[in-house]
Amino acid sequence: MTLTGLAGVPTSDVDQGRKEYASDQEVRWCPGCGDYAVLAAVQGFLPELGLKRENIVFISGIGCAARFPYYLDTYGMHSIHGRAPAIATGLAVTRPDLSVWVVTGDGDALSIGGNHLIHALRRNLNLTILLFNNRIYGLTKGQYSPTSETGKVTKSTPVGSVDRPFNPVSLALGAEGTFVARTVDSDRKHLTTVLRAAAAHRGTSLVEIFQNCPIFNDGAFDAVKGKDGESALIPLEHGQPVRFGPGGRMGVVRAAGSSGVQVVDLDENGVDEADLVVHDAHAEDPTTAFALSRLTDAGLITQAPIGIFRQVEQQTYDDLARAQVDTAVGTSGRGDLAALIAGKDTWAVGEPRG
Amino acid sequence: MSKQVRQLDRVIIRFAGDSGDGMQLTGDRFTQETAAFGNDLSTLPNFPAEIRAPAGTMAGVSSFQVHFADHDILTPGDAPDVLVAMNPAALKANVRDVPRGSTIIVDSHDFGGRNLTKAGYEQNPLEDGSLEQFQLHPVDLTALTVEAVKGFGLSRKDAARAKNMFALGLLSWMYGRPADPTIEFLTTRFAAKPDLRDANITAFRVGWNFGETTESFAVRYEIKPAEMPAGRYRNVTGNTALSYGLIAASQRAGLDLFLGAYPITPASDVLHELSKHKNFGVTTFQAEDEIAGVGAALGASFGGALGVTTTSGPGVSLKSETIGLAVMLELPLLVCDIQRGGPSTGLPTKTEQSDLLQAMFGRNGEAPLPIVAPRSPVDCFDAALEAARIAITHRTPVLLLSDGYLANGSEPWLLPDVDALPDLDPAFTKAPPNGQAPHGADFLPYERDPRTLARPWAIPGTPGLMHRIGGLEKADKTGAISYDPDNHDRMVRLRQAKVDAVANDIPPTEVDDPGVETGDSARLLVLGWGSTYGTIGAAVRRVRRDGLAVAQAHVRHLNPLPSDLGDILGRYERVVVPEMNLGQLAMLLRAKYLVDVRSENQVRGLPFKAAGLADVLRQHLRDLEVAA
Repeated sequence: MTLTGLAGVPTSDVDQGRKEYASDQEVRWCPGCGDYAVLAAVQGFLPELGLKRENIVFISGIGCAARFPYYLDTYGMHSIHGRAPAIATGLAVTRPDLSVWVVTGDGDALSIGGNHLIHALRRNLNLTILLFNNRIYGLTKGQYSPTSETGKVTKSTPVGSVDRPFNPVSLALGAEGTFVARTVDSDRKHLTTVLRAAAAHRGTSLVEIFQNCPIFNDGAFDAVKGKDGESALIPLEHGQPVRFGPGGRMGVVRAAGSSGVQVVDLDENGVDEADLVVHDAHAEDPTTAFALSRLTDAGLITQAPIGIFRQVEQQTYDDLARAQVDTAVGTSGRGDLAALIAGKDTWAVGEPRG
Repeated sequence: MSKQVRQLDRVIIRFAGDSGDGMQLTGDRFTQETAAFGNDLSTLPNFPAEIRAPAGTMAGVSSFQVHFADHDILTPGDAPDVLVAMNPAALKANVRDVPRGSTIIVDSHDFGGRNLTKAGYEQNPLEDGSLEQFQLHPVDLTALTVEAVKGFGLSRKDAARAKNMFALGLLSWMYGRPADPTIEFLTTRFAAKPDLRDANITAFRVGWNFGETTESFAVRYEIKPAEMPAGRYRNVTGNTALSYGLIAASQRAGLDLFLGAYPITPASDVLHELSKHKNFGVTTFQAEDEIAGVGAALGASFGGALGVTTTSGPGVSLKSETIGLAVMLELPLLVCDIQRGGPSTGLPTKTEQSDLLQAMFGRNGEAPLPIVAPRSPVDCFDAALEAARIAITHRTPVLLLSDGYLANGSEPWLLPDVDALPDLDPAFTKAPPNGQAPHGADFLPYERDPRTLARPWAIPGTPGLMHRIGGLEKADKTGAISYDPDNHDRMVRLRQAKVDAVANDIPPTEVDDPGVETGDSARLLVLGWGSTYGTIGAAVRRVRRDGLAVAQAHVRHLNPLPSDLGDILGRYERVVVPEMNLGQLAMLLRAKYLVDVRSENQVRGLPFKAAGLADVLRQHLRDLEVAA
């Protein structure tokens, strides 16, 4: 089975550019919002897929990010809070000729829509889910979200939040997501690389995108951006030892006495590159990927792995469900309505009807 | 010995036993035999929500009532002529429904010690004279069955379990039912287990012979086949007919059927049935919750499938927000609510009509949608087709209100000619002839058909028509987001007008008022909706047999109501509306037509009884006499 995520979606023989993918709607996010960068990256990246534009559908829930479909000239639906994965499920199952994308945020996907998200991941539907994580509720004006750090002071938590945050990557790996990745809004190149792999994956691809909200949670990701990013971000490359920091000075090794991993300073700890964890995104067992995801700070983020944590091939729900229909048609023939409603136990009264 | 044969025109039999005694199966088989024999019939299964309540207790009693006749009948009957009780609890739970002089056949095996206590009997009712008013037949069905099947090497427990087939054999003999269908059924059902097959067939045959030879049963009964319209028939439950109606609708529309559903009583059988028919292009999706069920169905509709979700009242509550989205998106969607007793978890296995106002108003904002209600098990087929017609033609979610009584009840179905079923044209908007319109700018996703006010259904994959829809208010015609006050006012009114316009396509209301022809129409109209149709009809017949005039009408389209309904209500001095709720349709009628309708209500989890309803109607007629 080597079908890609785009198999069955008709391709275009016309050259496409970013312009075709921009709708006529005025983009209305706040100035400086990270969503602009993601939109630009997606509009720039979609043409390279070479698909017929009418066979691409973006479905969103509610939140700032959920306006995304309005700005793309594809088919789109701006649905209701948390339910985009459920709606996308019905579409993906019935329409193998469509490339189906879900755009969601931390509140939409992990709070009100948590159930649909984990079940989409469990079923492994052929969908690509972009989870914009700004660790705050933006559209409702600044309440803490399920990814906000504990102690977050917001309008709804004036003396600090008391609940622990979700790590979206850990959650997705816990649900045995077959493609789980993280990227950053401001790194166009990395973002595009991850999107390309996510689109090519047949199954549910979950991409967490660190995204800055300049109004209600400005600077939440400053530590992993710009120059500092070098020592804060841990890039994961399949088949490569996990190494980061200036001059590759930092690395990740197995933690003694647990199934976890830990960061070490190669110079200070006398660790050799051969001792480092070699990232295997294709491992069936998600344990090590999960361990890597735990290197993400739960509080203010000063350290986080990015890249593709897990990418494994598994049958998709929609392919299997369609195969059952095809098999039934193949075995029993296309259904005969008259025979169906008559069933096996009929009786005749009077003269047969003429 | 020769047995006396007595002619009857109709009989009501109730099989009652423990949940594990196989009473639903026994009733079902008796029904199939009766259908094959050619009587008209109607059934009422009644079972607890607990799958296996403690054996021998009142909580675990399950029953199946079948009414059959040599003429057309409308209900499963009020009170049984024959009660078959498989244990003390089944006797205790049902005996109060049995009229004096009726027959009670009891498995006497467990009438002692603990089993009596478990059922709440202090003394043995078979011996204390408390059942003297009945024709009581205590028979040790268990012992007779165990003895009859001892050659098959079954455990005692398995052997005793065949006693339901013994009882079925006895009743089949007593009422002259054909044995072959049951023998064939058992042969197929237990094909893989020859011991069980032979034991059950033997128990059935021995039960039959027991009736024929024993002296305690001196009379056999004969109920001639009913005169029914010529044609081919089958017996069908409401949920099966609904499933077939949904498949028929998808076939007639040329659309694949997508069902998104979460298991819930009493709707799950529709999910089960549809999941068997994938070769009709049917996809069934068992969702993670009710919300995902309707969400996936709506997603499928967006993609050009016939999106359906099936549920019961609590599920409708959960789906409300998505149904509201469907109202806003103006996409076809079928929501089938198999109503049950509420509120909250309520009475999962019992029937009620208390979701009408939820269907009407259970969403935020002004969110109107059409509502259709079947009136009998067979009518679930036609109602499903009609709901699909409205959804597809008018681009709207439609709520179909069935209920537990229709869902599980059954009746003979004169099979329709499938080629004569209505054609449902989805009329997808085609790609613009010049190929891809730039940015789809020329396409107006909210431009309306002048007659129906329906908007275009342009599905993904269609070049040149790319557009975005969503739950935010839209600008008229373009569908772009709009916060303009005048536009919102216009769109709210347009969505209402679109639903109101459905009334243009529904047939005139049929009023059954025999006096109209002679210029002597009734003064009293009984108006119902949904599953009360049969009982109201039976009650009306009883009143008419007294020489009294009463008119009957039944509403299938609850929203919008038929355009002629106001005039009809105005023609009668009094309008009585029986409902299994506290007066929900009555409230709507009063609000819309300013007519002082009289509400007759029952919320017992069971259908009305014809005799009681007839008394109510007679009282209304007396009131009118006095007033005049």
